[in-house]
Amino acid sequence: MEINKAKVNKKKSIFKKISEVLLTMASKPSGFIGLSILVFHILLAFLSPFLAPYDFKAIDPSLMLQAPSSEYWFGTDSLGRDVFTRTIMGGRTALTITFFGSLIALLWGGLLGIFCGLVGGKIDDVVMRVVDAFLSIPWILAMLLIVSLLGTSTQVLIPALGFFYGKGIVRVARAATHDVIAKDFIVSARARGHSNLSIIWNEIIPNVRDAILVEGAMRWSWMLLGFSSLSFLGFGVSPPTPDWGLMISNARGLMSFAYWAVIAPIVGLSSLIIGINLTADAFAKALGIDRSTKAPV
Amino acid sequence: MSEIIQKVKNLSVGFKSQKGHEISILKNITTNIKKGETVGIVGESGSGKSTLALAMMGYVKQGLFKMGGECIFNSFNLLNMNNRELEKIRGRKIAMIPQNAGQALTPNLKIGYQIDEALKLHTNFNKNEREKKISELLNKVRLPSPETIALRYPHELSGGQQQRVAVGMALAGNPDLLLLDEPTTGLDVTTQAHVLELLNFIAKDTGTSMVYVSHDLGAIAQVSDRIIVMYSGEIVLEGPARDILKRPIHPYTYGLLNSIPKLSLAGLPGSMPGSQPQPGTKKEGCSFYDRCNLAEEKCKKNSPDLEYINELKTSVRCFNYKKLLKDKSKKQLSTSRNEKNIKINEILNLTDVSISYAKQKLLDQILNKITDTNPTVKDINIDINKGETIALVGESGSGKSTILKSIAGLLRTKEGNIKFNQDRILSNDLKKRNSSDLRAIQLIFQNPDESLNPNHTVEEILAQPLKLYFGLSGEKLKNNIIDLLEKVRLGKFYMTRYPRQLSGGEKQRVAVARAFAAKPDIILCDEVTSALDVSVQAAVLNLLQKLKEDFGTTYIFVSHDLAVVRAISDRVAVLYQGRLCEIGPSKNVYKFPSHPYTEVLLGAVLEPDPDIKPKLVAEDIVEDKPPEKGCCFQGRCPRILGDKCKNETPPWQIGDNGNAIRCHINIKELENIQNGN
Ligand SMILES: Nc1ncnc2c1ncn2[C@@H]1O[C@H](COP(=O)(O)OP(=O)(O)OP(=O)(O)O)[C@@H](O)[C@H]1O
Ligand code: SF4
Ligand code: SF4
Ligand SMILES: [Mg+2]
Repeated sequence: MEINKAKVNKKKSIFKKISEVLLTMASKPSGFIGLSILVFHILLAFLSPFLAPYDFKAIDPSLMLQAPSSEYWFGTDSLGRDVFTRTIMGGRTALTITFFGSLIALLWGGLLGIFCGLVGGKIDDVVMRVVDAFLSIPWILAMLLIVSLLGTSTQVLIPALGFFYGKGIVRVARAATHDVIAKDFIVSARARGHSNLSIIWNEIIPNVRDAILVEGAMRWSWMLLGFSSLSFLGFGVSPPTPDWGLMISNARGLMSFAYWAVIAPIVGLSSLIIGINLTADAFAKALGIDRSTKAPV
Repeated sequence: MSEIIQKVKNLSVGFKSQKGHEISILKNITTNIKKGETVGIVGESGSGKSTLALAMMGYVKQGLFKMGGECIFNSFNLLNMNNRELEKIRGRKIAMIPQNAGQALTPNLKIGYQIDEALKLHTNFNKNEREKKISELLNKVRLPSPETIALRYPHELSGGQQQRVAVGMALAGNPDLLLLDEPTTGLDVTTQAHVLELLNFIAKDTGTSMVYVSHDLGAIAQVSDRIIVMYSGEIVLEGPARDILKRPIHPYTYGLLNSIPKLSLAGLPGSMPGSQPQPGTKKEGCSFYDRCNLAEEKCKKNSPDLEYINELKTSVRCFNYKKLLKDKSKKQLSTSRNEKNIKINEILNLTDVSISYAKQKLLDQILNKITDTNPTVKDINIDINKGETIALVGESGSGKSTILKSIAGLLRTKEGNIKFNQDRILSNDLKKRNSSDLRAIQLIFQNPDESLNPNHTVEEILAQPLKLYFGLSGEKLKNNIIDLLEKVRLGKFYMTRYPRQLSGGEKQRVAVARAFAAKPDIILCDEVTSALDVSVQAAVLNLLQKLKEDFGTTYIFVSHDLAVVRAISDRVAVLYQGRLCEIGPSKNVYKFPSHPYTEVLLGAVLEPDPDIKPKLVAEDIVEDKPPEKGCCFQGRCPRILGDKCKNETPPWQIGDNGNAIRCHINIKELENIQNGN
């Protein structure tokens, strides 16, 4: 009974903490804008199948490259598909894949980083070297290789992206852990005789969690860009699934006279990236984490 | 009347809070600095003393802004000048010496080069003149063999030497005004005394005006002609140094002086309740109202003005200063400590303990052997009685914390053993100690910011030992936590606070409560008050003493501050370079005969009294390794006998007072020389 009660209290406080952080984020204009964009995109991703006025894959040669009109708000593309329909649905795959990709990046990057920070010494050196070596290969080449070997299914893309974007998180988690384990409260816990696991869980994780989460949020926006580049190159989502990267790539050649087919997905993609970026920044500020000194990738 | 070189007029500095309110941290400061005088600015952390000193060189820290007033240096209105104009003044006419000289010097440039750069910037000397000036400056700050020092990198110098170089660099431009922000804080006692002496010499020699900012009245007392006492962004008392120290007529200063432990006085210093209000929290009335024992009804609503008393040449901000004026008798509020006779009932025995930080060779690692002929800590034999407070004193690097860590099991001993309760040898390996041994020994650390997990509430922090050792949960756990908080005089409502929502003193109380939660037999206190302000330090010391009397806990108290040690300990052990020099009942260790090292330490203590000057009997050399053979103190000993001290380990001698001294000089003889016969 007692334990249950304690748990309920704890949950409530986590919920409270989240809402507090969200409120702090939204209290600054940039955070508010970022959050609104992100929420808009997430809602869109969920609701777009119900909102879409047309079938996203209905090809109609007679409607090829129509300019925007009251019927086709954003015009039609080279296969006569409705650009508006495809645009509002074009973020779904990217958002889903990169979201889960980021989770994987967070998980392996965070855990490995914490592990390296904890053990230090030779093991840490070796692991970091290996990670560095693996990831010094240009990621896009490596991705192309993986995709061409294993295909472009979600089961391949999510872990592959997660793997390549976890490196930065390893570094951040490792550095944060290094900082924390030198602190006296860890010494104090050790001297009391707490087990290693309890020290990791109670003393270390709460103190590195914020930094890792912020890094993860940042990585999300970069991963989105990366994934869209893959789609653009034809290695991401396979047609006819609507996807901004793919749409931009397809419509790019016709840009000079059918600008509408390319502008809408560009706006969609860049607004989402900006939204996530602003949100991550506000998130970092709300948690009091200084990212200014770290360079991207 | 000598000429005024710096005029601060109605200066207010503040910042904008998140909600957009303007909050002042300096309120209407008016003061003058005269040519050739040294002014000490003293106050607790956060009282605004650094902000004031920085404003005197036309600098307002990022995030702060000038709300009003001005700082006029000679004829320059500093706070209205742009950076370009200020550059011509800073370094040339006004120089600043920061707290941590090590950080102010560029690590990868040689000392000589750095001084040369400063000279290039601030003077018009040619190369030859500059070279001459460099060795002149290094000579002036009394660094041995300037030529070799000039070729060294900052990290090849000790903290005291770095601070001397910083002073030398500041003097490069021949400034009219030298600003020093805590220039000796963080240095060892002996080094500190030497740097202060140097500053005094330079003030006399060059006639430079100095503004000396410090929280340490002892240091201020040694250098200042005039003292400004700051509290919560205001000047509360300003006047000639001697008067301020001998007859403080502001209740805050009075209490502050009382809360400083003194060598001449056994027993705990009197403490002031509470702590300084945070900027922006105090709306009306006297800012010292909450802590003042002379406070009256009117102090609550009205804030007193700074009033100049002509016959004393002193300004004071208090309605009731006259009460302190009349009070001619110098009362000492010091509460005497129960010096009970401790029953000889040993609880912890350190026998021949040696500890080494040296890296083990692979073979030794496999054989689990530590080979190091010259370990960091060597041959420590101390028997500790139940219920006593034994202090370990010594300068940085003397191995105090190292010994504590091995008692706690955090560090392996190389040789010797540690026996608990006369029957159990404590394992070298923390993991092998059983839960009751772990519980019996608890630690309190120097810096409560680092020793409390910033992500845990006070409740969670205190719950940890209670859950771990006693398996408490639910209502029982909560009641226990409340109980503990009350013991350290914090209310129940502190439970939900995070460490960042507590003041330094409150944090340290939580750390104390956490240690007592385990119901320990022994508490290891590692410099537990050195990160605290003096008035808060006194309160924490009093609390520790009270708890100890209630629970019969044994304290092993590590400190570099001999006055604090005097106040709290029953017995003192003096360490140099990890070797024991002297051990005995504390009242006797503070009396001659003393080990020559104890004598040096005692001589360097800075008392907040202009009449007690430190006695500098030894050079402030820093040794990084103990000597291989002979006496550990041979490198710095002012009384060294020659080859005997260099080759033979000195014997233990026990004096009539009961203190044991490890020295080749006969103890009677030692007493005679030290007493000046
Ligand atoms: N950039 C800033 N923004 C907001 N408040 C600040 C800022 N800098 C300093 N303060 C506040 O101003 C007050 C005075 O600071 P100052 O550094 O002058 O204190 P101090 O007396 O030198 O303390 P210490 O002994 O700790 O050096 C403090 O309460 C501090 O928290
Ligand atoms: S004015 Fe009142 S409250 Fe303030 S210091 Fe004087 S007596 Fe104390
Ligand atoms: S033994 Fe010699 S060097 Fe050591 S303290 Fe005594 S006199 Fe000094
Ligand atoms: Mg300061």
